[in-house]
Amino acid sequence: MSMTEQQDDAETARGFSPVVWLLDLCTRIGATLLGFLGAVGRLSAFAGRGIYHCFTPPFYPRLLWRQLVDIGYYSLPVVGMTALFTGMVLALQSYTGFSRFSAEGAVATVVVLSVTRELAPVLAGLMVAGRIGASIAAEIGTMRVTEQIDALTTLSTHPFKYLIAPRLIAGTLMLPVLVLIADVIGVYGGYIVGVYKLDFISENYIHRTWEYLTAEDVISGLWKASAFGFIVTLMGCYHGFNSQRGAQGVGAATTNAVVSASILILIANYFLTQLFFAGK
Amino acid sequence: MAGAVKKLELKDVRKSFGANHVLRGVNISIEKGKSLVVIGGSGTGKSVMIKSVLGIVTPDSGSILVDGQETTKLKGKDRDAQMRKFGMLFQGGALFDSLPIWENVAFGLIQGKGVSRKDAYDLAIEKLRSVGLPSRVAKLLPAELSGGMQKRVGLARAIAANPDIIFFDEPTTGLDPIMADVINDLIVETSKGLGATTLSITHDMHSARKIADNIAMIYKGEIIWHGKAADIDHSGNPYVDQFIKGSAEGPIKMEV
Repeated sequence: MSMTEQQDDAETARGFSPVVWLLDLCTRIGATLLGFLGAVGRLSAFAGRGIYHCFTPPFYPRLLWRQLVDIGYYSLPVVGMTALFTGMVLALQSYTGFSRFSAEGAVATVVVLSVTRELAPVLAGLMVAGRIGASIAAEIGTMRVTEQIDALTTLSTHPFKYLIAPRLIAGTLMLPVLVLIADVIGVYGGYIVGVYKLDFISENYIHRTWEYLTAEDVISGLWKASAFGFIVTLMGCYHGFNSQRGAQGVGAATTNAVVSASILILIANYFLTQLFFAGK
Repeated sequence: MAGAVKKLELKDVRKSFGANHVLRGVNISIEKGKSLVVIGGSGTGKSVMIKSVLGIVTPDSGSILVDGQETTKLKGKDRDAQMRKFGMLFQGGALFDSLPIWENVAFGLIQGKGVSRKDAYDLAIEKLRSVGLPSRVAKLLPAELSGGMQKRVGLARAIAANPDIIFFDEPTTGLDPIMADVINDLIVETSKGLGATTLSITHDMHSARKIADNIAMIYKGEIIWHGKAADIDHSGNPYVDQFIKGSAEGPIKMEV
């Protein structure tokens, strides 16, 4: 009989003790909390180092340009398609709802405000998390397990400057650009449905689109996008950089990067929305 | 040897990962221009020792001296200057798979020394030739080369910046015996050609005998024997005897 089985039998013989159970519960909660705080601390330290190396030389413009193209240009089709169909569905759904209150005229306004303030930044963030976050984690994770990151160090190249900083900068800069394009495409999707399916008059739809739209609506979405771009690239870099040995470790890093970036985007979206629009 | 200049010296270097005490006070030194090979089984601390010298792993305590200068606390530009003295051949090559061969070889020159890409390309071709690779491989990607060729590229990268000290991590692992011998010859030839000091870690005794001026054996994070390569067969140390014979019988018990 193993030691654990003997202990279990001894505990069974002594009977259930609520004090022991409570102590065990507290121990588990404490261990989980400490683990969580440790993870937050490690991530914060990693983010701090990443930001520091974004602003200190040497800089790698060729690598930055490559990341700008990869994150921005190559994400355009997936973000554009997402925005187009989101705008179209939004027009259809809001028309269905508003027609019950004879408020169909508000469709264009709802589409443009929803797209610029919420849907374009959040959906673009989530799509880029899937495309770019996973790719960054897999690439850096593979470099970690094949000792390429150690090789960088031996070749007098700081891994944070060479690998992390260009990706953080590119993510933070390019997501707002993608979201600006997604804003236009999403609103145009709503326009297509509004004019060609719901029989709105084109001039009226466009007028309603502009009527209540303010610069703040668009700019707040771009700030959110910038934060989401940072989150996506940070999580990709963090999980890739700390990838464990082997293919399984790289796979886990990739999954963790996408899941954690997606959750953080949704949480950050709430707090940013409250920050921008609280009391308005 | 009295009065010999020590290029690299480790004094009581210790490193633990949690409860796992990997290095338990490593003491070793290499004279300038000499080749030291550290032998030892898997998990004895060879890789952590070499990574501690390279600054990839920070030791918990102890001292690592390069040219008499303490290096464990070096940071920033001082660390960069120190790293420029080093070249490293990794066990798996660790070639950057997104870069062509020539850029892998010239990486340290372009990023570390600011050499222009054109000059770096010419130097990379020269280094590739010195390890027996034709210039036509320069524009290929690492995945397009065989294991032996990748090892040669790794060697070319390690010597590209004419380092003072070259580290070899299991240089012949994964190669057939003939290719392993070719790599051993190249290591000796290039190191002597540069006048470099070398520190190698391996469990390949054929490689150790060929490369080394001196051999040390590490066991459970400590150097248990250190002597001339020619004396390895008469070390009088039962651990060394068991290791070089590759015998299951002896004081070293493998955990299975």
